[in-house]
Amino acid sequence: MARIGVFVCWCGSNIAGTVDVKKVAEEVSKLPYVVYSTDYKYMCSDPGQNMIKEAIKEHRLTGVVVSACSPRMHEVTFRRTVQEEGVNPYMMEMANIREHCSWVHDDMEEATEKAIELVRMAVAKAVELEPMEKIEVPVTKRALVIGGGIAGIQAALDIADGGVEVILVEKSPSIGGKMSQLDETFPTLDCSQCILTPKMVDAAQHPNIKIYSYAELEELDGFIGNFQARIRQKARSVDMELCNGCGDCWNKCPQKKIPSEFEAGMSDRAAIYVPFPQAIPNTPVIDRENCIYFQSGKCGVCAKICPTGAISYDQSDEFITEEVGAVVVATGYDLFNTDVIGEYGYGEIPDVISGLQFERLSSASGPTEGKIVRPSDGKKPEEVAFICCVGSRDDKYGRPYCSRICCMYTAKHAILLHHKSHGSQAYVFYIDVRAGGKGYEEFLRRATEEEGAIYMRGRVSRLYRDNGKVVVKGADTLSGAQIELHCDMVVLANGITASPGAEELARKLSISYDEYGFYSEAHPKLRPVETNTAGIYLAGCCQAPKDIPDSVSQASAAASKVLALFSGDFLTREPNIAEVNPFTCTGCFTCREVCPYDAIDEEEVTVHIDGKKVTRTIARVNLGKCQGCGICCAVCRSNAINLKGTKDLQIFRQIKAFTGSEKEKSDEPVGSKK
Amino acid sequence: MKWEIKTEDIHTSFRDEVEELSGESFGACYQCGKCSAGCPIAFAMDHGPTKIMRFCQLGMEDEVINSDTPWLCASCQACTTRCPREIDIAEVMDALRIIAKRRGIKPRTDPDIALFAEIFLSNLRWFGRIYELGLVGEFNLLSGRFFKDFGKAPAMFLKRKLALLPSNPFKWGKVREIFKKCEKMKEGEGRE
Ligand SMILES: Cc1cc2nc3c(=O)[nH]c(=O)nc-3n(C[C@H](O)[C@H](O)[C@H](O)COP(=O)(O)OP(=O)(O)OC[C@H]3O[C@@H](n4cnc5c(N)ncnc54)[C@H](O)[C@@H]3O)c2cc1C
Ligand code: SF4
Ligand code: SF4
Ligand code: SF4
Ligand code: SF4
Repeated sequence: MARIGVFVCWCGSNIAGTVDVKKVAEEVSKLPYVVYSTDYKYMCSDPGQNMIKEAIKEHRLTGVVVSACSPRMHEVTFRRTVQEEGVNPYMMEMANIREHCSWVHDDMEEATEKAIELVRMAVAKAVELEPMEKIEVPVTKRALVIGGGIAGIQAALDIADGGVEVILVEKSPSIGGKMSQLDETFPTLDCSQCILTPKMVDAAQHPNIKIYSYAELEELDGFIGNFQARIRQKARSVDMELCNGCGDCWNKCPQKKIPSEFEAGMSDRAAIYVPFPQAIPNTPVIDRENCIYFQSGKCGVCAKICPTGAISYDQSDEFITEEVGAVVVATGYDLFNTDVIGEYGYGEIPDVISGLQFERLSSASGPTEGKIVRPSDGKKPEEVAFICCVGSRDDKYGRPYCSRICCMYTAKHAILLHHKSHGSQAYVFYIDVRAGGKGYEEFLRRATEEEGAIYMRGRVSRLYRDNGKVVVKGADTLSGAQIELHCDMVVLANGITASPGAEELARKLSISYDEYGFYSEAHPKLRPVETNTAGIYLAGCCQAPKDIPDSVSQASAAASKVLALFSGDFLTREPNIAEVNPFTCTGCFTCREVCPYDAIDEEEVTVHIDGKKVTRTIARVNLGKCQGCGICCAVCRSNAINLKGTKDLQIFRQIKAFTGSEKEKSDEPVGSKK
Repeated sequence: MKWEIKTEDIHTSFRDEVEELSGESFGACYQCGKCSAGCPIAFAMDHGPTKIMRFCQLGMEDEVINSDTPWLCASCQACTTRCPREIDIAEVMDALRIIAKRRGIKPRTDPDIALFAEIFLSNLRWFGRIYELGLVGEFNLLSGRFFKDFGKAPAMFLKRKLALLPSNPFKWGKVREIFKKCEKMKEGEGRE
């Protein structure tokens, strides 16, 4: 027989000001199974909790109803209270008479009546509660980091420093990401390569980090603490063991007219190449699509020239499966394709370039060795216009969001122009300047005050060629003037978009993404590095546009989440997840179709029917994956799947306690096991 | 007002000239508008001080020089005291008046504003501090508005706002010396 105790809280005047708590306690004491009820000023306080404990002892309570605030507030508190007195924590039920009652009503009489109803329902459920135990799942203490930009590298290093093995998977031939392409970085103007390369080397030499470059995640199976990652190692066509990085192959390769991705198309590379001199690993790959040998069977120069015989044309893609317990996604971003903005003539006017191309022009390791010159004739540009928000804050191109970094990198470009190209004048066209980071406003002021950049408040309407110059048709709304500048070069601050293939990867990982393809965090404020899929975390621009300081912070945050996850040998999870009744499950697997977390596994069961052994395949809930959303319970045709802690019977009892006739309400529950 | 600015307009020496004369740097102004917000004369100006700063940033000489704003500016320095970028806008206004004078440009709405400035200075030079009666007399005489503000005189006498005689004549010479010294210094610097 269930023995329920009810504890009505005043919450100071928060509840007692609107609800007659004494009356509630008195009324509910008449309910079946309620053997004790009382009220107190603050149930959550020590004396309040002690009252509950005393009552459990004295009245041999089997279940407790606390009628107080939201379970979000104190469910954990009261579960602990009853547990301390030897009652299973899940035998505690809360009736929320604060947020759901006193805070939203004025009339005392009606509020009191509603509070009584709420407690009545909670009691009805409490009678049907069952003891539950937390779920323990073993963890594989290894992490997978996808994407080897600065965010991925930082996350990998932090996790590895915590003593955990890391698998770092990078799609391109080298780690480093976009940061490796940058010249100097705002707001301190330190050289990007100089601060990045040591981190790349650290990652490569770290005993706990294994890098798969030129590789991609093919499939992720499993659940938090127990993932299986299937990785596709693309064929490099070069044996990594044998190659010593001498460079003979890419120097002799006759196919040299391929626009270099690393140089943002500002110079060419060979068909066999390392993306940049500091690449890690420093082993070339053959770009098969552009290789003469792969396209026509002729050539083979690299194989002939290679002193170590490392070229291997018949290599094929390999698949490796790695067991990991957590995943950090750090796949970064791509840049808005400015070709689509016809009026800016990108791609047609040679002296209209992208922000990344300007980085390469300005970089000492770039195609011009850091000399800023116009692409069309190699001359020094005297007048340079910079256009902000290209493909950002623009509904026309489906990108209403701000890309967050372009204001700052444009200010940086204006400063770099002033430093490296003496006497050149920078004009910056902007809508408004967003410089919210630490030291950013000062950096911006430096551009206008010390480095002479002239800011024009207005978007540019059109760019066209005239007499070797690029004419910029703009406006300055501050003076009210229309502006026509004859510039030598124009730099478009193209905005940030999701990285190519972001959506496909999201599907492999079962994580969600927003309408632009950026991965969604579990909570925009309080869980910014977690995804809605347990055990998968986010770092860097794959979540939203951000600069290096923010990418690195988020990476370290994700790493700390991973290390916290790995701090014990088992993961404990709340037991409120779905459960299959093996006797009624028909094996239709409708539940699997709808489960957003891929948490329904198959199970073979053998039953004896009429003395015959019958083997059936039925559903089984994966303890690690199920998030307790309950969608499966709603679709199961044979009612075989139920959510523990909110089972059908428990819910129906509550409904009946609320809607039933007076007699039904006070009747002992029919069909109850109690 | 000029409606189109071209590259060559921006590259005139006007911005440099005003920067040198005023000792202020236009790159510092971020167009917050606070100078215009607090200027007690803004209601009468064709462009508020903020816009004058903007015109200077873009080297829009014609707009600035032909604006009455620098002439109307009362040099109260409300803008200067409050500018978050610590720009001395009143000093810029001064510099603009000097440049206008150099180019022989008179205020459009009322050329007598320039006249007043001249008389004010010469009055100061002569009497060491402002001799109001002399100032008013000279201004009314030269501007041809003989009886301007005549009616206000008796009340001002009674309130002792107007003195009959200038201040202590024995100290006049000292201020004249200061004027001379300044002129010499400015000659050296090429200022007037
Ligand atoms: C022109 C320009 C100038 C900038 N200047 C500055 C500056 O001065 N200061 C500053 O703080 N920030 C600057 N930034 C921003 C900076 O580039 C980013 O903040 C930073 O690169 C973000 O790092 P990330 O690791 O998140 O992304 P990325 O650098 O994009 O790295 C992502 C990595 O993941 C890999 N990847 C992608 N998809 C997959 C996949 N499916 N599987 C495996 N690997 C994958 C990519 O190949 C890449 O290596 C600038 C940006 C631009 C465009
Ligand atoms: S085989 Fe391909 S990669 Fe090698 S040298 Fe020839 S074109 Fe270049
Ligand atoms: S950061 Fe600046 S340039 Fe970039 S989209 Fe936002 S407002 Fe525009
Ligand atoms: S107050 Fe200063 S910064 Fe603001 S608009 Fe005026 S001069 Fe510029
Ligand atoms: S000093 Fe001139 S511009 Fe500045 S607030 Fe006074 S009157 Fe206006």
